[in-house]
Amino acid sequence: MASHLAATAVSAAFLGSLVEAVEALTIVLAVASVRGWRPAALGAAAGLGLLALIVAVLGPLLGHVPLHTLQLMIGVLLLLFGMRWLRKAILRAAGIIPLHDEEAAYAAGTAELREHRTRLDWLAGIASFKAVLLEGLEVVFIVIAVGGGRGLLLPASVGALAACGLVAAAGFALRRPLSRVPENTLKLAVGIMLSAFGVFWTGEGLGIAWPGADLAILGFAALFLLAAALTVPALKRPTKVAL
Amino acid sequence: MKLLAGIARELIGLFVDDGMLAIAILAVIAVAAIVAYFIPGLTAGLVLLGGSLFALFANVMSER
Repeated sequence: MASHLAATAVSAAFLGSLVEAVEALTIVLAVASVRGWRPAALGAAAGLGLLALIVAVLGPLLGHVPLHTLQLMIGVLLLLFGMRWLRKAILRAAGIIPLHDEEAAYAAGTAELREHRTRLDWLAGIASFKAVLLEGLEVVFIVIAVGGGRGLLLPASVGALAACGLVAAAGFALRRPLSRVPENTLKLAVGIMLSAFGVFWTGEGLGIAWPGADLAILGFAALFLLAAALTVPALKRPTKVAL
Repeated sequence: MKLLAGIARELIGLFVDDGMLAIAILAVIAVAAIVAYFIPGLTAGLVLLGGSLFALFANVMSER
């Protein structure tokens, strides 16, 4: 296994998972602040349990999929997933759509829970469960996406688990949303890496022999970075208005 | 049931946020696959890479 590829997989999984874990933590904290830690923790634990079950059941199946098919499937999903992140990060950086605000998400989450006082415990638990399950599924996908095609699942999992552990520890210590995490910059970086991996593995799945083999990923990442660097100022430039 | 539908909707949303971008990416992949089938070498790779970059560029610039 090339060490640079393992390092890229670890960092892509770490950064991508960091963003997802911060978003899940915001909802769990919102639930805890409205109804206490019990429903928040129970919902989060149930979400983690279902996530573990999904990984345990579906994980071994990956080994039975032919490598080229797996690379093509993962590559296509990665391109869709990565370019979606990249698009959003570019539009946010250019000020076309507002930045994701964890404080605002926290306020919206608590306000929504307070509206339904009668079924609060149930709703609170479900909100926590859903946040952990959905953001967790994104983490699982990122791990499979960056690690599945080249036997890098272990380093990618280590990166993802480190990010989730770090966010959980920080959230538990601070007891408030991690609003100072530069989420858009992280999304831009991860979007670039996922899109680069997506082009590489889609190509591998189609039987394309990339020059430089794995090193081509770094070249693709540089091109996506360049595209983002060129489009953000172009979007910020005012359009000409007909006089 | 509503919860499951919500989860399914959000799962699809992981990959498809802007429908036009998703369609453009799938179209680029389809063209690259056809090129890879008929023309061996790096041409399909260039179609895939160039097409992806162009799809992204065209999509974000259309938001101006």
